[in-house]
Amino acid sequence: MPDTHASAHPDAAPRAWPPGITRIPYWLYQDADVLKHEQKTLFEGPVWNFLTLEADIPNRGDYRTTFVGSMPVVVVRGRNGAIHAFENRCAHRGALIVLEDSGTAKDFTCAYHAWRYDLAGSLCSVAFQRGVNGKGGMPADFRVADHAPRKLRTATIGGLVFGTLSDATPDIDTYLGAGVAAKLKRVLNRPVEVLGRFAQPMPNNWKLYAENVRDTYHASLLHTFFTTFRITRFSQAGGITLSENGGHHASATIATVEGNDGAYKDQGIRSDNDGLKLRDMSFLDSVDEFGDGIQLQILTVFPTLVLQQTHNSLAIRHFLPNGTGAMTLHWTYLGFVDDAPEMRRRRLKQANLVGPAGFISLEDGCIGGFVQRAAATAAEQEAVVEMGGRSVETQPTRATEVAVRGFWQLYRTLTGL
Amino acid sequence: MDADATLLLRLAALNTAYAGTIDADRLEAWPEFFTEDGFYRITTAANHAQGLAAGVVYADSRDMLHDRVFALRRANIYERQAYRHVIGMPAILGREADGGVRAEAPFLVVRTMRDGAMSLFAAGRYLDRLVERDGRLLFDAREGICDSPNFDTLLAIPL
Repeated sequence: MPDTHASAHPDAAPRAWPPGITRIPYWLYQDADVLKHEQKTLFEGPVWNFLTLEADIPNRGDYRTTFVGSMPVVVVRGRNGAIHAFENRCAHRGALIVLEDSGTAKDFTCAYHAWRYDLAGSLCSVAFQRGVNGKGGMPADFRVADHAPRKLRTATIGGLVFGTLSDATPDIDTYLGAGVAAKLKRVLNRPVEVLGRFAQPMPNNWKLYAENVRDTYHASLLHTFFTTFRITRFSQAGGITLSENGGHHASATIATVEGNDGAYKDQGIRSDNDGLKLRDMSFLDSVDEFGDGIQLQILTVFPTLVLQQTHNSLAIRHFLPNGTGAMTLHWTYLGFVDDAPEMRRRRLKQANLVGPAGFISLEDGCIGGFVQRAAATAAEQEAVVEMGGRSVETQPTRATEVAVRGFWQLYRTLTGL
Repeated sequence: MDADATLLLRLAALNTAYAGTIDADRLEAWPEFFTEDGFYRITTAANHAQGLAAGVVYADSRDMLHDRVFALRRANIYERQAYRHVIGMPAILGREADGGVRAEAPFLVVRTMRDGAMSLFAAGRYLDRLVERDGRLLFDAREGICDSPNFDTLLAIPL
């Protein structure tokens, strides 16, 4: 008897979503077939997926393993500085080729049957191809050149390495657009050094974090540390640069305004707490290191990368789905190779603002889970995204959800949902 | 008892008091286990092994620890939760010329959420430098080195 339920058919079309980007149905965060569809059309589609930092693979043979959506990937520094990326799946029986997070290799040999790959992911040799003592072995017409894991094209910008599986992906500068590319290079303007790595599993669909990080509306409302200590308020100058396709954004906040303003008191908002004083203000002793007064810049590259400048704390945040209702956020804290010791110490102390225990990011770890749990039986209900209007464009304010709408604009274009 | 045995007992008692202070939600008293310019960092075994300096928590003064508790009480939002630390027998790693002691101790932390869900939240070891002040042992440095790179959902309460 045929089962007509959608989930029984992996290739069945997900549910219908009326046109528009101001209403987001909750089934998008819940249905298993949506994630499968995203893997095919989005992660393996015409996007540049973040893979690693150039600084992580400086020399020939240096590699790191990561994921493109749910696809395991190896990214390797090859001959003459070329960067290769390929699916971490042996062309023989599908086992992982590389098991470590990082390392240095001359070539890669699958542990299962010792099929061997070069640094570009091309199959070089098959164990016992000609058999043993004239018996067994592969058929005479077997050619190693016909077998390989899927390969990605790679591109770099500002020391970040991206990969794509689609021939249709434009070059990285065109993909980002001039506005966002300039904001990326504003921060990543010279060689970086990794200061530490942390991972933060979260109990929510990956898109809830993709929205959260583009949602400038929530910043000073959920994260009261910001407003309590006057790190950012809506009344401060700033705004959002959006790429034309909507998918990438950079939000900026210009340095602190002294004194109180009525915007929070009038709303009766929890964020307004005049009485609180830190005992040790030294960790907020920031330097305008990029010389433009921008104290805070959060930049996204669709689909799953964030570049963060929070005062002098710099980090890459890369998030990956763990099935439909979970994800992991990978934090890489950065400094510059030429940091003076006092700047390095400042970055380490200001990192208290961010990360899994961050004064202004700790809440982001749980807020997606609150949505996931609250909407458990609300698949056909919708979230409302109308702050700052219904359009997708660069806006001179952070009291807006314009970048969230931008995310959904590109998402709908790519997935066809 | 010889000096090492006495010191071991004092370290074990100190760790028990430290764990009890956090687990009983007496967080305001937690910074008092540190010297005024005490160092506290939470990191991972991988970062520690690679000599990477960052922490998910990184403080170089007792006041920074007070500020963290103040922020947790007044500014930060997270679901009600509690820890249960189990700190194993400490080991003395060495004594320094100024009387300082280097020690380590393994720990497990179980986290219980408001809905009753319990998880093994952290496992690792404390790497400590202790000094004697007015007859009390204080942490001049305490690093919580977690075995896993993962910090599930968020780390609000200190380890």
